[in-house]
Amino acid sequence: MNDSTYYNPADLAKFGKISEWQPEMGRKFFDYYGEVFKEGALSEREKALIALAVAHVVQCPYCIDAYTSDSLQKGADEAQMMEAVHVGAAIKGGATLVHATMMMNKAKELSM
Amino acid sequence: MLCSARFLFLIQFSSIPLPVSLSPTKSLHAQHHALADSSYQLDVLNPAQTAGAAFPAFAAKLRETGLLPLRPTEMTVLQVNVGKMCNQVCKHCHVDAGPDRTEIMTRETMQQCLDALAKTNIEVVDLTGGAPEMNPDFRWFVEGISALGRTTIVRCNLTIIVANKKYHDLPEFFAKHKVRVVSSLPHFAAARTDAQRGEGVFAKSMRALHMLNAVGYGVEGSGLTLDLVYNPSGAFLPGNQLSLEREFKQRLSREHGVTFNNLLAITNLPVSRFLDYLVESGNYEGYMDKLVQAYNPTAAANVMCRSTISVGWDGLLYDCDFNQMLELPVARTASQHIRDFDLESLQARAIVVNQHCYGCTAGAGSSCGGATA
Ligand code: SF4
Ligand code: SF4
Repeated sequence: MNDSTYYNPADLAKFGKISEWQPEMGRKFFDYYGEVFKEGALSEREKALIALAVAHVVQCPYCIDAYTSDSLQKGADEAQMMEAVHVGAAIKGGATLVHATMMMNKAKELSM
Repeated sequence: MLCSARFLFLIQFSSIPLPVSLSPTKSLHAQHHALADSSYQLDVLNPAQTAGAAFPAFAAKLRETGLLPLRPTEMTVLQVNVGKMCNQVCKHCHVDAGPDRTEIMTRETMQQCLDALAKTNIEVVDLTGGAPEMNPDFRWFVEGISALGRTTIVRCNLTIIVANKKYHDLPEFFAKHKVRVVSSLPHFAAARTDAQRGEGVFAKSMRALHMLNAVGYGVEGSGLTLDLVYNPSGAFLPGNQLSLEREFKQRLSREHGVTFNNLLAITNLPVSRFLDYLVESGNYEGYMDKLVQAYNPTAAANVMCRSTISVGWDGLLYDCDFNQMLELPVARTASQHIRDFDLESLQARAIVVNQHCYGCTAGAGSSCGGATA
């Protein structure tokens, strides 16, 4: 095992072990997690694509690994996956830019 | 200045051509590839315990589930592989089929299949290959099966229908005999289908599907069934069969005006060219691990070999088409050739299992009829 990096792909499979040090909360979290990803008003594939977009926005390598596989498995194609990431990127970029209105308000308030 | 220089870099970067996966044009057999040898495939699937990375034996898993020895239930399907010749060379093909394969079932062996059928109540004959339609006696055989009042399934790769003028009337021929057509279409996106089945396959498949729809296949109320087979184009398991079916129906009808009946989600088994792909791409261990982790006892109880018998192009009998390709014949206690077909000894046999069987028991299970659990 290469322990000279913070992230190790093999650690993804150990996710469940977080329950060992706090079984009650761990169990509740994983029950909830399982419930969230079940087919509901949104299909499993739509949920996988949302998770993929969010994984990129929070830049979690484990989640990107997991939800790339999951999206493929649920039948998504490359174009859908890339569009999902763009949605995440657009919201992230948009969230930065929309705050510019605060900057503009403040600047106007301070200016003659 | 700095800014525009950066953009220039971006433009250059994005103009780098995407890697294009080259479709193989020859079978492993024609390439004299090590994996063309079934005993070598079994070696890869069964590394010595000392070599490490050994997965638990499939037989041991079955024992835990209380299914060992694995026994047949009722024989309802006779699956006949009428030859390895195919107009395609799909990357995942467990038959290692292709235009260069010459193994073809003779009319004499087909007659032995019909004789065996006549002695039993087996209702369905599932014709596979290769491209079964390329066997010169294919139509004769289907007529014989119809004459016995049994149903034929043909595993039609779609492109064969448009490959040559002599195949253009296949849809009418199928309709005349009420053949159930089962066709592979790994994805509703052209790129994903072509990556697995070869350049241009998607477009040709759409043409063939339109021809099948035109004679009533996949059209409600026609009584003509057209099922599509989804199998993952890569080292991952199929998703939920029903959700995939919904998505396929929506996309194919909206984008291509194509309709069909059911989608069968089938897991790729680590045999022949798919095994080669797994090993070559470094996905073998990860994929086997996925299959083993996803072992499902319900799927194990419903594996298709319990209700099917598989006939090879030369008349030899196998528990399934995968065992056929791995050259693992039915147990010696049973009749081993179609000419000696004996239902009783076959029903009493123990099914031969190996590590590739994990592909049938993973997740929702997999068979020639799709999910099993
Ligand atoms: S998967 Fe089917 S269509 Fe493709 S090469 Fe094999 S037999 Fe032919
Ligand atoms: S690979 Fe064949 S023998 Fe093994 S479980 Fe599947 S159908 Fe049965």
